[in-house]
This record gives sequence, C-alpha cells and structure tokens, in this order.
Amino acid sequence: MSAAEDVVTEAPAIDAVPKRAMTLGTGTSLLVLAVLLIVPVFVKNFIIFQMTMLLIYGLAVLALNILTGGSGQFSLGQSAFYAVGAYTSAVLMEYFNVNYALTIPISAAVCFGFGYLFGKPALRLSGVYLALATFALATAMPQLLKLNFLEHWTGGVQGLVVTKPDAPFGLPMSQDMWLYYFSLAVVLAIYIFSVNLLRSRSGRAFMAIRDNEIAASSMGVNVALYKTLAFGVSAGITGVAGSLGAIAVQFVAPDSYTITLAISLFLGMVVGGVGWLPGSFVGAAFIIFVPNMAEGISKGLSGAVFGVLLFLVIYLVPHGARQIAILGQQLVGRLRKN
Amino acid sequence: MTTLLNVKDLRAYYGQVQALHGLSFSLSEGSLTTLLGANGAGKTTTLRAICNMVRSTGGIEFDGKPLNNRSTESIVRFGIAHVPQGRGTFTTMTVEENLQLGAITRKDSAGIVSDIERMYAHFPVLKQRHTQQAGTLSGGEQQMLAVARALMLRPRLMLLDEPSFGLAPLVVRDLFGILGKINREDKVSILVVEQNAQLALELADQAYVIETGRIVMSGNAKDIANNEEIRKSYLGY
Repeated sequence: MSAAEDVVTEAPAIDAVPKRAMTLGTGTSLLVLAVLLIVPVFVKNFIIFQMTMLLIYGLAVLALNILTGGSGQFSLGQSAFYAVGAYTSAVLMEYFNVNYALTIPISAAVCFGFGYLFGKPALRLSGVYLALATFALATAMPQLLKLNFLEHWTGGVQGLVVTKPDAPFGLPMSQDMWLYYFSLAVVLAIYIFSVNLLRSRSGRAFMAIRDNEIAASSMGVNVALYKTLAFGVSAGITGVAGSLGAIAVQFVAPDSYTITLAISLFLGMVVGGVGWLPGSFVGAAFIIFVPNMAEGISKGLSGAVFGVLLFLVIYLVPHGARQIAILGQQLVGRLRKN
Repeated sequence: MTTLLNVKDLRAYYGQVQALHGLSFSLSEGSLTTLLGANGAGKTTTLRAICNMVRSTGGIEFDGKPLNNRSTESIVRFGIAHVPQGRGTFTTMTVEENLQLGAITRKDSAGIVSDIERMYAHFPVLKQRHTQQAGTLSGGEQQMLAVARALMLRPRLMLLDEPSFGLAPLVVRDLFGILGKINREDKVSILVVEQNAQLALELADQAYVIETGRIVMSGNAKDIANNEEIRKSYLGY
C-alpha cells in the first residue's frame, strides 16, 4: 500500500459539500426566458415599460455582481458608470444622429476604458477603503455633469431629451414593446457572456483573487491586471445598462444618477445574492417594486416601511434570492425521492 | 550537481524592521533541502523574499538568472511554486478549480487535464472530493491540495512553508512520504521550511539551520541529525 492510499483510509468519505453554482440550470433558464418572451404580448404598455426597467437595472446589478461576487472588490460608484453610459448614448443620438443600437457598443467601450482607468488607482485600496473611493466617484459625477464647459454637450442641469426609437422593418409593435425585446436581446447576450467569462481562465483568476489574493499571485495570477480588468468589465456592462436606461426613459439629467442609484444597485446585489448572477434580476425587482409597495402601505412613512421590509429580507434570507433558490431545489429533490 | 538556487547576502525588511541579516545558502538541482529554526528565526521570510513578497536586498539567482526586482507572478513563470504558510486555499472554489488555478500560467490544456489526473493518483482523497468546496476540506486535505496545486505548475523548484503545521502526526508522515516520492520520481527540487526538525531531517538530503535571520549551521542532513550538540542547542530534541 502506498503512502497516498494510507491517507484515504485516514479520512473516510462523507457527503461532499458541493460548490454553489453561479447560475441556474439550463431547463430553468429556458423556462424563465420563455416567460420573459411571452408575457409582454398580454400586458399593458406601462407594465412592459416596467419590465424593461427591470431588465436594465438587473443588468446594472449583474455588472456589480461580477465585480463583487467575482473578483471580491466593492463599489458604491456604479451610478457614475451608469451615468457615463447614459450620457454617451444620449449625446451620440441627439448631436451626432448615431443609431441608438450603435451607441450601445460605443458606450460599453467608453465605460470599459473609464472603469479600467479608475481601477488603476483603486488597486492600492481594498475593502471599505475601496468602497469609500468609489463612493466619492458617485458623489462627484452629477456635479461633473453640470460643469459649465460641458454644458454644451450635457445640457447642464436641464439634461437631454432622447428620442424613443420605433420598431424597425415596420414590425407591428409599440415603441415600448420593441424596446423591451431589444433590451432583452442585449441583456441575454451579456448574461451569456458573463456566465462564460466567470467560467473561463479569467473568471478563475477573478475568483482566486477574491478568495486569497496572496495565494493567487503565488500561482502566477497577475493580480493588478485582473483587478482592473474586473473594474473595466463591470463598468462596461453598467454603461450598457445606462444607455438602455437613457433610451427607455427618454431623458438624461445629472440628478438621475446620484449616489442613491449606486446604493440601490448595491442593495439589489445583496438581496439577489452576492455571486449568483440570476439573483441580479430578483434584486432589481426588489429595488424597483418594493419602494412602490412600501408607499402603498404608508404614504408618509414609506421609507421606514421599506427599511422594515429590507430588514426582514436580510434577517430571514441573509443570502438573498440564492438561498430561496437553493431551498426550492432541495424541496424538489426531496419530493422526487418520495 | 548543478546549483539551482543561489542566495547571497539576503536581507529582508518588514517596514523598518530587519528580519534577515545577510543570509546565504544554495540548493542543488534535484535536492531536497530543509531550512530549520525556531519561531521568528526568518524561515518564512526567506521563502517570501525568494518570491519577492517582502522588501529585500541581496542576490537571488535561479538557474543562473537573477530574480531580484521581479514581481511575484513573474517569478512563478520561472518554475518556482510556493506553498504558502496557512496553505492559501481558494476556499469557495472547488478542489478541481484550485488545481486548475495552479496551472493558470500554462497554455497546454491537454497537459493540464492529464496532470490533474496525475495529482488524483498521488492524492486519491482529492479525487473523491473534486467537486467539493475546497474550504470544507480538513486541514490535512487542504495541505495536500496546496501541494498538488503547486505541482500543477510543473515546477522545477517547490518552496514549502511548514507543511506539517496543524496536521495529525500520521497525516504528516504520509505527506512527507509523498513529498519524497515527488522529489525522486518527478525530479522536483524542494526547499522545505519546518519546525518539525526530526521529520524534516529524515526526509532531506541537505539542511540549513537559521537563527535570528542568519545561517548558523549547514551540511548534510544525516550529519546534522546525528550531531547531538547541534540537535540539543538548535533543534530542541
């Protein structure tokens, strides 16, 4: 018997604790997609608009999830990247007559560059200090957009009005419905990209840095490169969300992109489950609908009601929507056994 | 035998505090060398200095090429694998993903797949648990994972920082048995830092004893183990 085999007898096999998946199974994913494709046919335009916003905020939360859940870096500055994306699209569409669909890859590239450059100085910071630096970015952004010498482009405090695109090829669809399907296609493409990114060599490097930065560098992972890359990718995706948001809302103004938005996105990530990509959309639903619900319960104390609801969620399911998904999975597994 | 690693007058600092005071030693290709010493002697710092994880001066040559002023991740590309103190497990990733990370600088995917199988042959317990979250492994299993992960680099030199730390005596014996096998069969040179001097001297062919940042004794491992005076004054057994 070799030495290695002795070791096996040392530790008898117990039930393995599997790693938590970052995505849904294929079957569930297709089911969700089918629902997302069919529902708009049966509902009113306003609900379609809300579903579009759900996709857009979900995308922004997903971007943060790649940064925090993937590479372990915090950001309270996502609203700044969102704003840059929104303004890039708005300016290109209104001043340069660029097609709305074309502005999206451009704003992804602009925001990627912005995030990558911001990631460089942020390399020296970690944990709460990084959160503070990004917080500063988020606070500064609305004021930067109001600067006098930028006013010619950004419209200053007034902001810019964006024209909503019609459905192409004479499709018999309302503007809202077309924009929904357009957003869905973009979000789906980015979701698939993100899942594959996290499964790739780069994704493993992100997660290694998140788990143990020193060990990652002694495996040969270029920690500085991958940390800034994570910032770039996250900012790029947030920028796309910003662009879609500008087109959907038909308006951009500095005060739409304050720190409140960044905190909402952060909240969405926590409620959805950090590191669980599908949870991003559950988190987005939470930050869009729960404040309305809170207002329905008490107009004067909506903030307090929202706080209580949030507290309940965090107390009952600290790992967010992911925890509910895992419980559901276990329940289905048990039902199948019986 | 050719010299693989040559360290000359190495001085290392943590902020203002100097931890190594001009340390010199060398390691020949294919050997299993151990650095012994008490707590705070500078064993871990020596390994960290080789990987440029602490500020240091002096000469470090690997296979004739200087390593000074290179980043930690580029030193890995020379074929130097570091198993850090506390194992450095990527806790939320699976056992298999940990192994894949060890090979992140390699491009030959077929070779990586076959090397993972080779590691499972060395450490069957890792195969049993390959889909398991690495943070849920026992201490001994995590240590094996750390060694296997370092080997995934196909290193020429492996630096091991206290592999016996926190392990049951039986597990330590097994682990050291495997290390000896890797050294002989895979021709990996090993530099192992240990507090468990007795065990390390049984395994090693060359030994250095460090005290407060200086080498105070060096020689053949057998000679040091047999020299009662050295054993009593420096190794404490």
